[in-house]
Amino acid sequence: MANTLRLEKEYALKMIQEIHLHELGKEADQIRRRLHPEEVVTFVVDRNINYTNVCINRCKFCAFWRPKEDPEAYVITYDELSQKIEETIAKGGTQILLQGGVHPELGLDFYVEMLRFIKKNFKIHVHGFSPPEITFLSRKEGLSVREILIRLKEAGLDTIPGGGAEILSDRVRIRQSPNKIKSDEWLSVMREAHLLGMKTSATMMFGSIDSDEDIIEHLDKLRSLQDETAGFTAFIPWSFQPWNTELKRENPEIEPAGAVKYLKVLALSRIYLNNFPNIQVSWVTQGIKIAQVGLRFGANDFGSTMLEENVVRAAGVSYRVTMDEIISAIKSAGFKPAQRDTYYNVLKYFE
Amino acid sequence: MFAEIKGKIEAGERLSRDDALYLFQSDRIHEIGELADKVSRRVNGDRVYFILNRHINPTNICVNRCRFCAFSRSKGDRDAYEMTIDDILEDVRKAKQELGRLSEVHIVSGLHPDWNFDYYLEILSSIKSEFPEIGIKAFTAVEIDYFSRKSGLSEEEVMLRLKEAGLDIMPGGGAEIFESSVRNQICPEKISGERWLKIAKTAHTLGIKTNATMLYGHVESYEDRVDHLFRLRELQDQTGGFLAFIPLSYQPENTDIKVPYPSGIDDLKTIAISRLVLDNIPHIKAYWIMLGEKLAQLALLFGADCLEGTVIEERIAHSAGARSKRGMGISEIVHLVRETGKIPVERDSFYNSLRIYG
Repeated sequence: MANTLRLEKEYALKMIQEIHLHELGKEADQIRRRLHPEEVVTFVVDRNINYTNVCINRCKFCAFWRPKEDPEAYVITYDELSQKIEETIAKGGTQILLQGGVHPELGLDFYVEMLRFIKKNFKIHVHGFSPPEITFLSRKEGLSVREILIRLKEAGLDTIPGGGAEILSDRVRIRQSPNKIKSDEWLSVMREAHLLGMKTSATMMFGSIDSDEDIIEHLDKLRSLQDETAGFTAFIPWSFQPWNTELKRENPEIEPAGAVKYLKVLALSRIYLNNFPNIQVSWVTQGIKIAQVGLRFGANDFGSTMLEENVVRAAGVSYRVTMDEIISAIKSAGFKPAQRDTYYNVLKYFE
Repeated sequence: MFAEIKGKIEAGERLSRDDALYLFQSDRIHEIGELADKVSRRVNGDRVYFILNRHINPTNICVNRCRFCAFSRSKGDRDAYEMTIDDILEDVRKAKQELGRLSEVHIVSGLHPDWNFDYYLEILSSIKSEFPEIGIKAFTAVEIDYFSRKSGLSEEEVMLRLKEAGLDIMPGGGAEIFESSVRNQICPEKISGERWLKIAKTAHTLGIKTNATMLYGHVESYEDRVDHLFRLRELQDQTGGFLAFIPLSYQPENTDIKVPYPSGIDDLKTIAISRLVLDNIPHIKAYWIMLGEKLAQLALLFGADCLEGTVIEERIAHSAGARSKRGMGISEIVHLVRETGKIPVERDSFYNSLRIYG
């Protein structure tokens, strides 16, 4: 599927800064059409389960984390976990997105037991953790990232979501998430996972204190790694949601990125990441109408139904939709809706 | 066909009904947007207008019970409300205080069975006497028709008296879709499309500028939308009295017409085609209340040159599930406009520039 024509970094910068939105949209739309000529737009039915909100990273753009001693701090019980998974399956769900918090006291045993518990009791795909959690475990246990991944995989981890990437530019990371792993660490967790045969996705959070150069740096790093491993299933850009965050308090001049910026970044992603099969819209941060428009700016996937979502909601966004609304939104945007699994195989069409 | 339409637009020629229908049926959203943006820049340069305004809806009690409306109530309903003159003045005072200055109040209301025409005149004159500098945009053709029937005065007389009492311009609501079979389905009690156009024409003749709207995305067809736009274009050729056209994206919640929200793509296409067809109406407004702030911003690159203002407290669309905020701050509007590369211009009711955010 790889397109031999590749956009150079310098030209990508020119594109996002100088080329008109409509031009970018047209080009991204053509590429999407070439890669997905059947005009199907997929989505996955899943639930986000955040097993803890205690987090040592305390990123300044995040409104979800709590310190360990906070009255709102929690670690999920197996009863709660079971109930959430049962509800997910009852609603036709095929995966859970299982993520923290990086809780300082939870070691590998906790993770392995949780995964075993899930796999023993339920037939569900676990799309879980992210490079910051895995790197933390590697350090805490004194084991290599590879070893941690092997143990998690054996215990039942199927694929890894692309969170924690934020912007893969250390200049920005040092200012907005100083405790979080650096770009190379993020990439090397993904590389190891891919080498073990685990697929992952990749995300990007832009629109905080990053520049266009940082965005392109991010895309370039992903494209290079994908050349090596071909382990990424999809790319999901989304914009920083400033409400209730320390980053906004420290930088009151930051205004949320608008739809124009979002669509430019989305289109550029489709154009630049010519070795990524799927680009996903973020209706959670953009709303349904912009997500629909995003399907004509390079995206071919509507993400997940998110029967539960906590992290973005903590930062002040309240877009919530049902599966029927997603199906209807895809149809009215002119596409054929289909439920998929985590590997982007179509499970069911909705006519 | 598309190349031909593009040629016409570039040569400054008018589109035909068939051209407009073709565009609605086309999926070339990027090209349509690009053309509309070109036309918008031809008419209004890189400017995007907005106004510091406040919406006031004196009552939700209404004798019409349009099926698409989630705002109206009957007298005696638990959540029916009626504002006194003092309530209204207090809202204006607060708005002015909150924003530092206020350029316009936008007043539309239910058709209250008991209020007499003098009360509406008093609303206007009370606002004007306390705030002579604030523009008053008030009452749709539907309300004018009702005032005329209730008072026994002709519609000319009604509008003249309103004008004397302080009315500056009229909003464009109540137009919905002019086509009669659609109107019979969605708002059988409301005045006809012909009557709406007649009242707009009369207003223009009396020197009162008005806006025009179109509520789309319910039961109407693309042909009905085209018909609506062309009837407006024809009237504008005669009077030149329309200042702005505002396409209104249907909000289905809590209403009797259960359809999905129009897609973001349909919204953009409708804005763009409006710009292309209505070559004689100077402004196309992105009504962020119904579109959402994000899509309204995008509309500024798809043919719109005007954003609905600060509003402060929107009630009607929010009754029907609008997911936007109830009001927007000046800095927020300025930021939204700037991200498109255009220049925010604060205006008065008549589109005179008050302040340019360069």
